[in-house]
Amino acid sequence: MAAVQDGQMELDAEKETKPEILSDGTSNLSGNTASGTLSSSPLTAAPAGGAPKMEDQQTLIAVLQFLKRNKLTDSVEILRREAGLGEDQEDSQATDGSGGGKGDVDGGDANSLLSRVSITSAAAPQSMCDSPLMFMLSAAGADDQPDVSVVLSAYSQQGDPSLYQVYYSGLKNFIESVLDCHRAELSQLFYPLFVHMYLELVYNNHENEAKAFFEKFSGDQECYYQDDLRVLCGLTKKEHLKGNEVLLDFRTSRFVLRISRDSYQLLKRHLQERHNNQIWNIIQEHLYIDIFDGMPRSKSQIDSMSGSLAGEGKREVNKAKVFHGLLKEPEIEVPLDDEDDEAENEEGKPKKKKTKKDSLGSKSKKQDPNAPQQNRIPLPELKDSDKLDKIMYMKESTKRIRLGPENLPSICFYTFLNAYQGLTAVDFTDDSSLLAGGFADSTVRVWSVTPKKLRKVKSAADLNMIDKESDDVLERIMDEKTASESKILYGHSGPVYGVSFSPDRNYLLSSSEDGTVRLWSLLTFTCLVGYKGHNYPVWDTQFSPFGYYFVSGGHDRVARLWATDHYQPLRIFAGHLADVTCTRFHPNSNYVATGSTDRTIRLWDVLNGNCVRIFTGHKGPIHSLAFSPNGKFLASGSTDGRVLLWDIGHGLMIGELKGHTDTIYSLKFSRDGEILASGSMDNTVRLWNSMKAFDEVETDDFTATTGHIHLPDNSQELLLGTYHSKSTPVTHLHFTRRNLLLAAGAYNSQ
Amino acid sequence: MTEREERRFAEVPRESIKLMAESTGVELSEEVAALLAEDVCYRLREATQNSSQFMRHAKRRKLSVEDFNRALRWSNTETVCGYGAQDALPFRPLKEGELFFVEDREINLVELALATNIPKGCAETMVRVHVSYLDGKGNLEPQGTVPTAVQSLSEDLLKYYQQITRAILGEDPHLMKVALLDLQSNSKIAALLPYFVYVISGVKSVSHDLDQLNRLLHMVKSLVQNPYLYLGSYVRSLVSSVMYCILEPLAASINPLNDHWTLRDYAALLLSHIFWTHGDLVSGLYHQILLSLQKVLSDPVRPLCSHYGAVVGLHALGWKAVERVLYPHLPAYWANLQAVLDDYSVSNAQVKADGHKVYGAILVAVERLLKMKALSLTLAAGGGSAGLPAGCQWEEWTPVSLPAMYCELYSFFGDSLAVRFSTDPPLGGAPSSRSCQPLEGRKEPASGAPNLENTRKMPQLTAMHFSLAVSFLSRVCRSLARSSSSSSSVSRSRSSSSRPGRSTSQSRDIFPKARFPLPQAGPPAFSFIIGGRQMGRRCQGRRFQTSFTPTPPLNTLPPRAYAHKLPVIGRVSKPVRRWTCSHYSLHLPL
Repeated sequence: MAAVQDGQMELDAEKETKPEILSDGTSNLSGNTASGTLSSSPLTAAPAGGAPKMEDQQTLIAVLQFLKRNKLTDSVEILRREAGLGEDQEDSQATDGSGGGKGDVDGGDANSLLSRVSITSAAAPQSMCDSPLMFMLSAAGADDQPDVSVVLSAYSQQGDPSLYQVYYSGLKNFIESVLDCHRAELSQLFYPLFVHMYLELVYNNHENEAKAFFEKFSGDQECYYQDDLRVLCGLTKKEHLKGNEVLLDFRTSRFVLRISRDSYQLLKRHLQERHNNQIWNIIQEHLYIDIFDGMPRSKSQIDSMSGSLAGEGKREVNKAKVFHGLLKEPEIEVPLDDEDDEAENEEGKPKKKKTKKDSLGSKSKKQDPNAPQQNRIPLPELKDSDKLDKIMYMKESTKRIRLGPENLPSICFYTFLNAYQGLTAVDFTDDSSLLAGGFADSTVRVWSVTPKKLRKVKSAADLNMIDKESDDVLERIMDEKTASESKILYGHSGPVYGVSFSPDRNYLLSSSEDGTVRLWSLLTFTCLVGYKGHNYPVWDTQFSPFGYYFVSGGHDRVARLWATDHYQPLRIFAGHLADVTCTRFHPNSNYVATGSTDRTIRLWDVLNGNCVRIFTGHKGPIHSLAFSPNGKFLASGSTDGRVLLWDIGHGLMIGELKGHTDTIYSLKFSRDGEILASGSMDNTVRLWNSMKAFDEVETDDFTATTGHIHLPDNSQELLLGTYHSKSTPVTHLHFTRRNLLLAAGAYNSQ
Repeated sequence: MTEREERRFAEVPRESIKLMAESTGVELSEEVAALLAEDVCYRLREATQNSSQFMRHAKRRKLSVEDFNRALRWSNTETVCGYGAQDALPFRPLKEGELFFVEDREINLVELALATNIPKGCAETMVRVHVSYLDGKGNLEPQGTVPTAVQSLSEDLLKYYQQITRAILGEDPHLMKVALLDLQSNSKIAALLPYFVYVISGVKSVSHDLDQLNRLLHMVKSLVQNPYLYLGSYVRSLVSSVMYCILEPLAASINPLNDHWTLRDYAALLLSHIFWTHGDLVSGLYHQILLSLQKVLSDPVRPLCSHYGAVVGLHALGWKAVERVLYPHLPAYWANLQAVLDDYSVSNAQVKADGHKVYGAILVAVERLLKMKALSLTLAAGGGSAGLPAGCQWEEWTPVSLPAMYCELYSFFGDSLAVRFSTDPPLGGAPSSRSCQPLEGRKEPASGAPNLENTRKMPQLTAMHFSLAVSFLSRVCRSLARSSSSSSSVSRSRSSSSRPGRSTSQSRDIFPKARFPLPQAGPPAFSFIIGGRQMGRRCQGRRFQTSFTPTPPLNTLPPRAYAHKLPVIGRVSKPVRRWTCSHYSLHLPL
């Protein structure tokens, strides 16, 4: 199933990669210049690295052999001179050569080091010269089009396959021998290097070497890469590389590592000392090392951020300003509570004299400094019925229960019976009056949760008969005969993976495996539009909180922004390296968050389609997202059973909630944001003290700039309750306007 | 990631590839097969990995065939058909050769199409809502878990339970009585029922203590009689506890001083009570009880007290149980019993005493059997088919006719059977109540409950009828005795027909129906034979068997004729014959 990325790419994708290359070059330069001045620090580590000198020797000899074979006589000469190896020593394993090398290091001769660096840096491009494709790749590096042949040809560069293990174990020995503070950072190199070296071996038809390489070193990799490794280990033939998504992901993007300057210097010096061009080339070509100044990060800090398919997000990525504040509420005059009856009769035209501003309305009059401009993206105008609904909402919210650790919500569970494992998606309307379910049998079913039954509008002929001037015309157009508790919507030709109600409850969106998103009318219970664009399964869709817009994401690795009255998408958010599994609108509708199988979360600006945030840290595909009601925070749940909390403004991970034992399929903040509810496949609903989680984060300038945060391991303190269902995975969670928690899922009889 | 895990992939060997190629007529070289095999493995793996995302998005844990097919379809590969069933496909080996295959049965489409049974599992998808957790607390137990009795017991109930058990099993008889009374009438102890049943099931651990056993049985009685309790399936447990008391060779019975006989009698009574009042709660209970009783009875290894229990148990279950189990079994059992009774060694004294107990129990049981059978015949004649008590479902078995039965029983018990009947009050002019009373009184422990039940279930059987029947029966038996012992004596038995006033037409009708050869004429005459077997010095232990009626009827028969027919208890061997031929037999011609 080769997903071909859509041709229509946003410009931002290109923008994204350009600074990368620039910064890559600058960092290299700075590394070169600094290596001399900072030579004292790696020296401390060098004696410890004396153990693998035998291997180094062998490596050198191997490299020499390689160069000879390729008739790179100049390089052979240089290398031999540099390493102090005699021509005759190639086979005889001379000991004086290593002694000389050691002497170099021990002496700490800055000049010789410098000269070596300069020579090797000169040698490296030289060795690349013989493969013109190499340049083509580096030239094409900016091009995000994953042209498979170009991508694969990068691997055509030959190395002695038998030496790959030596290279890798040499690096491994080096990293294991460095100081603890650096080891954790440099250990990040293992996985990308391992994968690239393995793929190179496979590409060059060294199947047995590849297998041996894999067997020897796959056990060293972090456990959270296991899924990828499993895919990788199946790849043993060059032919298989074509059309393999995982491979494409690796090749189309540079694996991003964040390493402190000290650690980077250490690494670089090591590689240059050892003339380990193979690894150095990989680092140069396929990795992006984001160097930062300051303390090296600890193992736990690194672990919390790593795990994504393409490494961490670059720091620059999360620097853009995000307007995460809420939009000003429209000024609607809300009648007083004690005039309930009157207000209902008024049909949205409250009397002037007896009304007052609702507290919420007046609060939102002050413009939030972080809020986007009201008209940053055009929003639909409020209709009368919308205003009426807003009034209802405000009234309800005055009766809302204030939740907290001492005051947990009640939970109502909507159990789907006789669903035969076919329930794939659930959504509630905001006022909790309707419930929609998407099923594997391609149907969408809508239930009325209230005693009010679902009715269709009368047929056109019957509509002509009714008196259009009457007050209750809206009631009259409904066909009483069609009243029923539930309605089934037929139209899709594949499982329905996502459903979403429009805020005004007149429409329903559904996305399906058949590659379409359908818009259904809840007045006629018929399909209005089928939006075609994702030519692959569409995993999720959601209406904007203001209606009109909606977003969808699918197997084609892009999320698309649509407007209900356009049959083509308005924006395409491209950048994820794998399927977009879930899509959520920011409460102010200016941003869209997407979660992906590449284990990253991205935040996109609806206005210009830019990716403004990349959050890494999940160790599995992300299946649920939720914005906090104030728009400041984002919660994400994944197959790894963890919920991560993100500060959108600072672009930081601020919390990790551990407790679930299976995929988290639903997340929801309570209406005031004090409580986060998470529902999982492990048949539990868990409630978390999100208030505490947000408050306890100390966001000083340093952490804000570096993005390196110490996460307190306080999941148990934040966990307010675990609630089990009998045998019902929790597919969806919803807080009613009064903060009653509704959960939904299909009873699983097995 | 250990090495073992990595190798957890399915592999298609090249041999399989070759075989598949051959089946389509392609000859593959070794190399090609190897390459193809590897490629097939990889493609399979890839498709599986791709299909897992469909599973994840369908929010399932189980990868389905459909998921796999979707993955195939999206990679432009033909899908696999025919594996869409929800059930797991059985993958089985063939015994000959190492062949594994998925079972693929042939399905008859016509049958399937015309089948009237609609397959299960096509109910409408629906949504049901329930409040799982209120305020996040107070209802912290998981949804759907059934609260166990322990959790739901309130403090008060627990206290009550402790008090009651302490009182019943304690020393104070007064307290016990109060507790039992409360247990019998308390309407709020349903939650405690399992506890009490559990306590009662402790009979097995106190089999040495007759007193405790008695108390536990009383507890059973109270529970059974409590009108507010629904015993449900606990009946079974209660019955098994009671049966234990009836049938098991209790540790307490080792000491002959312990009166475990009474306990067994009481337990048997209780059993019949449980059965008659709660037998409908558990299907097959009656049959089960009968079976276990029969098993004990037919097991010669069991001690006599167990046999005794079985007999009283059968007796308590009603005459039909006796007829069904005990009666057919009697001939076989008799030999054993006789052996015991005829062993006069000192070491056997205790066993022999037990044997007499069993003998007595059997006698009582068969007497009742005879009476009730005759009665049922009477009723059948008079009141149609109303005679059978509900609850005892008899399978087909050929009933033995009353005379035949009597004859056979008589052959075992001889006169002691008849004598019993003769203890009825004078037949002429005795009020029915009186005739009933002693009988009832004597058999109270064993037959009270079934009798009551009978009357309850058969309202038409009034006391009047009953006494009538009993008195009538005794007459029949008496005449029968004579008719069987001597053909010439039948003429006397017609006396019943001419009983003044007392004999209703009902009782008269029975005779032709019962095919009693009744002479039509002749003066009313009473005949009674005392058939005590005087076995001389060898029958001292059995003297009680022979009794004399206060008013023996006139018997004109030559004693010898009867004596010759005397049944014997004990060895049917030479000495017996000798004794029977002797003149030691007592015949009182009246």
